[in-house]
Amino acid sequence: MFARIIALFLLSTFAATAWATPKIQHWQSASGAQVYFVEDHDLPMLDVAVNFPAGSGFDAADKPGVAELANGMLDLGTEALSEDEVGRRMADIGAQYSNFADPDRAGMSVRTLSSARERDAALAVLAQMLQHPVFPESVLQREKARVIAALQEAATRPESIAAKAFGKAVFGTHPYGEYAEVADIEKIQRSDLEAFYRAHYGARSAVVALMGDITRAQAEAIAQQLTASLPPGGGATQIAPVQMSIQPSEQRIAHPASQSHILIGAPGIARNDPDYFPLYVGNYILGGGGFVSRLMNEIREKRGLAYSVYSYFMPMQQAGAFQIGLQTKKEQADEALRLARETLREFVEKGVTPAELQAAKDNIVNGFPLRIDSNRKILEYLSVIGFYGLPLTYLDDFVARVNAVTVAQVNGAFKRRVHPEAMATIMVGAPEMTGNGSAK
Amino acid sequence: MRLRLLTILGGLAMLAAVPAQAEVFEKTLGNGLKVVVKEDHRAPVVVQQVWYRAGSMDEQSGTTGVAHVLEHMMFKGTKQVPAGAFSRLIAAAGGRENAFTTADYTAYFQILHRSKLPLAMRLESDRMQNLQLSKQEFDKEIKVVMEERRMRTDDDPHALVNETLMATAYQEHPYHHPVIGWMDDLLAMRDSDAQEWYQTWYAPNNAVLVVAGDVRAQEVFALAQRYYGKIPRHSLPMRRMYSEPPQAGIKRVTVKAPARLPYVVMAYHAPTVRDPAGDEVPYVLEVLAGILDGNDSARLNKALVREQQVASEVGAGYDSTERGPGMFVLEGTPSEGKSVGDVEAALRAQLATLIEKGVSAEELQRVKAQVTANEVYKRDSVFYQAMQIGQMEAIGLGDQAIPVMLKKIQDVTPQQLQAVARDIFRDDNLTVAVLDPQPLKDAPKHNPEMMNHVR
Repeated sequence: MFARIIALFLLSTFAATAWATPKIQHWQSASGAQVYFVEDHDLPMLDVAVNFPAGSGFDAADKPGVAELANGMLDLGTEALSEDEVGRRMADIGAQYSNFADPDRAGMSVRTLSSARERDAALAVLAQMLQHPVFPESVLQREKARVIAALQEAATRPESIAAKAFGKAVFGTHPYGEYAEVADIEKIQRSDLEAFYRAHYGARSAVVALMGDITRAQAEAIAQQLTASLPPGGGATQIAPVQMSIQPSEQRIAHPASQSHILIGAPGIARNDPDYFPLYVGNYILGGGGFVSRLMNEIREKRGLAYSVYSYFMPMQQAGAFQIGLQTKKEQADEALRLARETLREFVEKGVTPAELQAAKDNIVNGFPLRIDSNRKILEYLSVIGFYGLPLTYLDDFVARVNAVTVAQVNGAFKRRVHPEAMATIMVGAPEMTGNGSAK
Repeated sequence: MRLRLLTILGGLAMLAAVPAQAEVFEKTLGNGLKVVVKEDHRAPVVVQQVWYRAGSMDEQSGTTGVAHVLEHMMFKGTKQVPAGAFSRLIAAAGGRENAFTTADYTAYFQILHRSKLPLAMRLESDRMQNLQLSKQEFDKEIKVVMEERRMRTDDDPHALVNETLMATAYQEHPYHHPVIGWMDDLLAMRDSDAQEWYQTWYAPNNAVLVVAGDVRAQEVFALAQRYYGKIPRHSLPMRRMYSEPPQAGIKRVTVKAPARLPYVVMAYHAPTVRDPAGDEVPYVLEVLAGILDGNDSARLNKALVREQQVASEVGAGYDSTERGPGMFVLEGTPSEGKSVGDVEAALRAQLATLIEKGVSAEELQRVKAQVTANEVYKRDSVFYQAMQIGQMEAIGLGDQAIPVMLKKIQDVTPQQLQAVARDIFRDDNLTVAVLDPQPLKDAPKHNPEMMNHVR
């Protein structure tokens, strides 16, 4: 049990140098796919991720849930392999694989030993899953039932209720606020999954990331093997812009839990936002910096009001959320909410001090080597750099970009971009509603 | 698509990560502090972990949770390093830090650039002997711990079921008590309880220092001597060895909580590793967990979720490495229209098939291949390698047992699997805990202050 909170370094995961950085090779495969490769022979293993603009942000307005289900079924039956054969073949060689999908990006990743027998077998299965999924009807019916069960269960959990209400309050009908309902899942047909797959899993929008124990020539062949037979694609690759200004709102939702779950926020920033670095560094001071942030200090360290309190920007293709979150027992929920709001208001109004900025830079700059200390972390950077079109020098430039941030930039960016008076607030398990809970 | 319920494959994953213990160096300082260094020069990063051989199983009734509370208090300052300064100094060095408490041990760690190891050692050695435990800080922090309990347990139906399961399966052994402590004990706890815990257990001769990463062992030993070497050893209390009285019949327990889906957990008492080279059963059980739930096409998911569709989620797990006794755990969530009884029956049918028909050579080989590959994958994480060493040291088996245990796993035979399954999966050995989901509007209002027992 982790007694202390694990800081939400959501932004930092994507962010990342006077330090030695991996040498990234980049090319376009004959299939049209963009390839990002780091050759490294320290360990006899290979990590691969293939990314597509196929997250839930690309769902048609009347078909929520399709993107996630399509991604989730890539490993559940291909033209050549049943779902059981996929699992067995991967396990036989000790390979690991997973589907992944967020609002922007979806795809699959594989980790395998780099010895020829294991590597070839793992990549053959991955090539099947990516290029020849069949979305079997019987499996679809089963998976729909499982997704529906999970949705209904989530509708009873305070953290899930809060996240869903927050998405709607911040993003309205924009797909970043989309949560599929049971009725949406019920009506999904196999043809919906196939159509989505054909439109969004095309080679020309694919980003292949490769990290590990192979040569450049092998990497070229693998990238082609994984993408040459992808469907035609041609679906949208851009998500509609987010409506940036929202009306202030506050929802109190009853729940029998002992704690209130509080979320405060608004649309934040996109991945390519010019204010990215000032906001990222500034947020470290506000609520991103683990045990040393202002929110942590005010709410946990000084008053013992919560175990976890944080803030983050979630940079996406379009503006993702800025969010503050905490949980506290009902009786003190209003006090904690007031403190969180006050802390934010003061932060935006009065800004940060030079000492705070220096402390933030010290952490981010001195901690840079920790961001790239494993193949897994480097693989994720390759995917993000490729998917969001960041410069190949992103990691090399990172430290200089952080160091260049000034107090005026942080304070200016927060004043322009964060509006404490126009935020959505969600409180699930609200105090005065204790005991008559009915959450939806 | 696999929505995994559990990650209690911890045991297997852990063994899976067993390397030949190359580049591992050990030294014990004059004051009894054991230092273990794992050199790994892939990145200019170092991990420091200090493991104390004191966890919730060493607590007394009435002050359950004190091991974990003290862990929180360890960030509250010393004479040299006032409250909050520890975290600020580590943060300014670019480090990440945290701590964790289990039933078996309490551990503290920092991950930072290799040049910052002396700072981490200065701070960690300082709080090994100089903690200043003020009532004022305690009174705030105990509230944080209560919030943590509410978040992790009281408001999480599956966690409540598992807490109740442990309190039911173990009558006498201190695994009966939750690591975070009963709320009633947290409410009654005083700063003096934490102080007493610190004075009793926090000593160099009850700790292991693990350093992994881009360092040289000899340099680490010299630094360790400099920072930790002068801390005096002190005598430790006799450790009470508990042996759980034999179970004499199946135990069943139900927990009501706001939820929609029911949930069932079946836990069989099982041994853990005591003699790494001589034991057999724990390794067989590790493999059994892999046969049942080691991959998406393994027996439980294939049969219960995919074919019979009696469950929407299913899992199996066993951890062979604990200071105390172990449990082999099966769990499942019924699919729509099915009951926990249906899931329990389907799980039992899988166990019966295992006992009657055994496993194929192919299945066994598949589990071993995963163990071998995970060996390699683990080397991608310096932190994980340090964790594995620290855990083995803290539970008393020692890091040198790691390759021995790996070898033993590879030696497991199909005949052993059948025999061990027959011996362990008996009703007299079984506790079944069930979640009875309550609609939100009728759910009993939690009053954690009253929730001091769940049996």
